[in-house]
Amino acid sequence: MVLLDSIRMALAALLGNKLRSALTMLGIIIGVGAVIALIGLGEGVQGLVTDQLQSIGSNLLYITPGSLSDMGTGGGSGGRASLTMSDVEALNNPFNAPHVGAVSPDINTFAEVSFGGNSKRVAVNGVWPNYPAVRNVTVAYGAFISQQDVSARSTVCVLGPNIARDLFGDEVPLGNRVRIGGVPYTVVGVLEGKGGSAFADVDSYVYVPLSTAQMRLLPLRGRSGELGVSTIYVQATTEAEIDLAIEEVKTVLRYQHRIGIGEDDDFTVINQADITAIFGNITGVLTTFLGAIAGISLIVGGIGIMNIMLVSVTERTREIGIRKAVGAKRSDIMTQFLVEAVFLSVVGGLAGIVLGWTVAVQAGNLIEGVTPKVTPETVLLATGVSAAVGVFFGIYPARRAASLNPIEALRYE
Amino acid sequence: MADGGGPVIELTGIGKVYILGKLKVRALEEIDLTIEVGEMLAIMGPSGSGKSTLMNVIGCLDQATKGRYLLRGIDVSRLNDNRLAEVRNREIGFVFQSFNLLPRITAVENVELPLIYGGAMGSRRSRAARALEAVGLGQRIHHKPNELSGGERQRVAIARALVNDPAIILADEPTGNLDSRSGAEVMKIFRRLNEEDGITVVFVTHDPDTASCTRRLVRLRDGRLTSDEPVPEEERLQAWRAIETTGVLHQVVTDGTAR
Repeated sequence: MVLLDSIRMALAALLGNKLRSALTMLGIIIGVGAVIALIGLGEGVQGLVTDQLQSIGSNLLYITPGSLSDMGTGGGSGGRASLTMSDVEALNNPFNAPHVGAVSPDINTFAEVSFGGNSKRVAVNGVWPNYPAVRNVTVAYGAFISQQDVSARSTVCVLGPNIARDLFGDEVPLGNRVRIGGVPYTVVGVLEGKGGSAFADVDSYVYVPLSTAQMRLLPLRGRSGELGVSTIYVQATTEAEIDLAIEEVKTVLRYQHRIGIGEDDDFTVINQADITAIFGNITGVLTTFLGAIAGISLIVGGIGIMNIMLVSVTERTREIGIRKAVGAKRSDIMTQFLVEAVFLSVVGGLAGIVLGWTVAVQAGNLIEGVTPKVTPETVLLATGVSAAVGVFFGIYPARRAASLNPIEALRYE
Repeated sequence: MADGGGPVIELTGIGKVYILGKLKVRALEEIDLTIEVGEMLAIMGPSGSGKSTLMNVIGCLDQATKGRYLLRGIDVSRLNDNRLAEVRNREIGFVFQSFNLLPRITAVENVELPLIYGGAMGSRRSRAARALEAVGLGQRIHHKPNELSGGERQRVAIARALVNDPAIILADEPTGNLDSRSGAEVMKIFRRLNEEDGITVVFVTHDPDTASCTRRLVRLRDGRLTSDEPVPEEERLQAWRAIETTGVLHQVVTDGTAR
């Protein structure tokens, strides 16, 4: 007997019991649908995160105080700063660090920002004029903080688009005075939106001159009393030389901080690739985890197929007897029932792919910025897995059918 | 068809023992039976006599535990499962009391089954249709079993038994579930197959009327052959006359009501 005949027979048997076949398939449809939808969404989220991280700029380095293990405790509250203005100067010296381009120090703190009756607690950054270039932000209207503002410790500020809207509504903020920590600042510019970020509401940031922030908002001091900073952004001269830049930064800072050989750094240099890798890992684990849960539902679907196939074998005992009497071999019966199981699971799998795809696209429409990715690999994997489920869970019922004794099977009522 | 000369079936010292738990049941003991090409015979016996077991052994659905079974000169008593399936497919045609057609598929598809399992390609459908024509069902090949009368179903079963040109047709109470008119028609088909086409037919029955239609009667009791003798010519002709009149009478009656 040829496979085509088996397929035809299996099809006839399944069509003869449409409701049952459909319900059996449902288990697989839901299982595969879940796999496709969850993996698709997971990849979409991963894509979003990667895109946002890449918009930071791939030749950018973050230098933060403290080692990675005690990250976040080094700066912030106005205690002793390990990063200081003299570090900034040293990094800015091309003889020390030839592959370091722009250096941009930053003070990060939170403060109450208010205008009229509106008030909001947001992140305030004390920055240099080169901040927009280094951090890839653009001024929508007005101007950014100038070198003059920094030198004069002016009480001027630049608003992110969200905080500008929150405080001023439809009014033009330029020239108005907002209060930051009780002190009035003149608004000189408003930035363009960078879009919602998964990590921080960057569009609600407020920017003031670094020197002003050091004096009024966060008076960090280094070991010998010099002015401190929270973060230093460093651009490598080119993307290719980022590793050289990292080495130079480390050497300069270790020298600056008098760190002896064998001692650990008291600062951390992070580049965009590191962050991308970390978030890639996190979303990767999440995707795998969701995929595994969906996989379990696929197994449940497989058990459903096995169950129905066993019922079907019992119901069709007499049919099996007749087929054996007219010359069907064990392998013929086996193939017929196996094809039925695989057919159920593969058709269910294909329907599940369509369902999962639809769900992923719909969910993607609901979540801003997430474009679900259903790759050919995922589709292939889902089809392969559902076929494998059919074979795995179909083989036992099929063997049972094939090994029936024809005499007893013919006598079965 | 059958090889010239030589018996189709040659059973020598056949025994069959079933083991049911601790109980040994001797279903068949020391059966010697030879069936020649073109014979028409009946195996008779009360229930429990072992005639079903004998039919299963002859039909290669079951294997004897003792003795030798030559089918067309081939020893089938030691064949494995797969080879037995092939033998059933090529050499044996079964006709059962309860028809045993697959309910979901049409008559012609039912008849095609042995051809499918025999690996026949191409002309399957037309061969199956020809077999149905041979039993007078050429007009109903696309009907499903539940759209056919009992007699028609049994004729589909006969067509299925015939389609692979088997060495022998084994009919187990073929008229048992039929009214007398359909039964008579079915018997006439068997006679035609036997007399015109030379097909060997073995009935397994406990109905003396069916047995009388054959030329040779083998009786079985408690797993042993008790007699093996030709059916007297007079008795046989009388049985057939009864069958002919059943048909005629019926025709008269139905023609009468039709008008």
